[in-house]
Amino acid sequence: MFDTAPAVYHAAETVRDAGYKCWDCITPFPIHGLDRAMGLRRSKVPRISLVGGVLGFVTGMSMIWFTNAHDYPLIVGGKPYFSPMFAFPVAYELTILFTAFATIGGMFLLNRLPMHYHPVLKSDHIVRGLDDKFLVVIEARDPKFNLAATRALLERAGGREITALEA
Amino acid sequence: MSHAAESAYDAPAILKEVKPTALPRATLVENNRSFGWITDKICGIIEGKTPTWWWVCFVVACFVASFTVAGLTYLVATGVGVWGHANPVNWAWDIVNFVFWIGIGHAGTLISAILCLLRQKWRTSINRAAEAMTIFAVVCAAIFPVFHVGRVWFAWYLFPIPNSNYIWQNFRSPLEWDVFAVSTYGTVSVLFWYVGLLPDLAILRDRFTAAGNRLRGWLYGFFAMGWRGSNRHWSNYEMAYLILAGISTPLVLSVHTIVSFDFAVSLIPGWHTTIFPPYFVAGAIFSGFGMVLTLMLPLRAIYGLQDLITQYHIDCMCKITLATGTIVGYAYGMEFFIAWYGANPYEGFAFINRAFGHYAWAYWIMISCNVITPQFFWFKKVRQNTTLVWVLSIFVNVGMWFERFVIIVTSLARDFLPSSWGYYSPSIVEIFTFFGTFGVFSVLFLLFIRFLPIMPMAELKAVLPQADPHGHGGTGHGTSDRSH
Repeated sequence: MFDTAPAVYHAAETVRDAGYKCWDCITPFPIHGLDRAMGLRRSKVPRISLVGGVLGFVTGMSMIWFTNAHDYPLIVGGKPYFSPMFAFPVAYELTILFTAFATIGGMFLLNRLPMHYHPVLKSDHIVRGLDDKFLVVIEARDPKFNLAATRALLERAGGREITALEA
Repeated sequence: MSHAAESAYDAPAILKEVKPTALPRATLVENNRSFGWITDKICGIIEGKTPTWWWVCFVVACFVASFTVAGLTYLVATGVGVWGHANPVNWAWDIVNFVFWIGIGHAGTLISAILCLLRQKWRTSINRAAEAMTIFAVVCAAIFPVFHVGRVWFAWYLFPIPNSNYIWQNFRSPLEWDVFAVSTYGTVSVLFWYVGLLPDLAILRDRFTAAGNRLRGWLYGFFAMGWRGSNRHWSNYEMAYLILAGISTPLVLSVHTIVSFDFAVSLIPGWHTTIFPPYFVAGAIFSGFGMVLTLMLPLRAIYGLQDLITQYHIDCMCKITLATGTIVGYAYGMEFFIAWYGANPYEGFAFINRAFGHYAWAYWIMISCNVITPQFFWFKKVRQNTTLVWVLSIFVNVGMWFERFVIIVTSLARDFLPSSWGYYSPSIVEIFTFFGTFGVFSVLFLLFIRFLPIMPMAELKAVLPQADPHGHGGTGHGTSDRSH
């Protein structure tokens, strides 16, 4: 457990440089630059969003072509059965709608949420970790994990109240 | 003397050391509050006992909302003729109210999306409530077109669902575009709001569970999806939030553009103008900020949120109201100019008729509320007087309702054929239905401030100076002192 944002930032750099892979920081808000301090790569959410957006636009255009020009063509006001011009507003809105669903779905998928049971959630510290404290969690399945060595590392990084959690 | 001048000339005009002036940043949270203080303050509103004023307001709001229920019940039981529509005015209060409420919603999305992209950090303390306002405003707006279809049980015909007639919707019509625009807008607003709520719901889950309230702990926990503040999650979360902000920006601009297409794509004089989309969007943001001020100033006073909604926030909101109000005023002038410059007699008549015809009273209410009212916000003294700002914000709301009334009703009441001219007045059923939507809105908003965090705690903490991981925030103390 760390008291300030700079403290957890430097602790994250320490743990990253020690070569750990399965570990995490618990923070009440996204700390600017902590991703780099942890050695995380850029989020993959935008790829899923792009797929959603393209799908939305294609759905919009093809739906309008199918309904108004193919399945039941109907002359209204002497306008063409299909034109990308009048189809654009609806396709545009569907692009946004599908992107939104893909973005949120992608975020949940990549974060493996909902996950209502997690060892961290059983800890009493989590309440402070969402409130005003900053935690570093190192998982036992990490190849470099060694209870004594890991504890020493976190102590050196300036952590307080280091505890082992049951999974 | 000449020697001194020469040596000064020889010296290179470069400073040995550059000391950039530190730009003064506005304090977004006053009194150097700590992270813990924010959590306690916002959660305390939900955890505390329900205040008496809340119950009083809630009962009054339910009573007012019952007017909408009564109006709609009568309409469904009798027919859409109970509204005052008659040829030539077949669009009237229903569309006025629809555009009015949709417009109000736009400020919420502007604050949450556009100001997020522009890195305006002052948005954090008002964006949650403004987004809630958006959603509830869309709910109120949707009532009117849905019931105006007459046989409301056929409202699903608006969507391309296969039906027994085999005929599909006409996608050449701006009204069908509007169906997609408004339903997308409502859905995306709810999703955006929910994503913002996620970390705060997790805090409430933990606090209620720790306090032994298992039911509420479970409920908040269910919707928090097991959020645990992991930085690996934050990384994806922040990206998702940014993308949502990025797509909500074109969304909010397109929604009111498409709403304006309902009019601009028709051939009615006074509607058929290309200025409509930008003019409608500016008006929507103007009215929305009016409503944000109307809602946030009482909340700030009741809950003592002066440290979170500072004078700086009020100044910013007033200035946006002033800017958009002035754009709206410019649009009014430009409409008149083009009506004359375009030399179309029907168009010219429509505008002269607006200002000096049967509905001149509505036109001048609109002008005085929308063009003159915001000009007071030029003055610092006015912006610092919260009571006065609140009163002016009410005028903005009234003015923007009249703007829609003027546009819709005056153009229809005097169309091409003088033989079909008419004068529209609302029926009592319409008045009831509209009056009641303020109750519907208030009921939803009161439930929101009672059960959900009215400000995004995680985002507020991120704009505190001590949130900077490199210690540039200056005052790093006070982080663990909750009373501070």
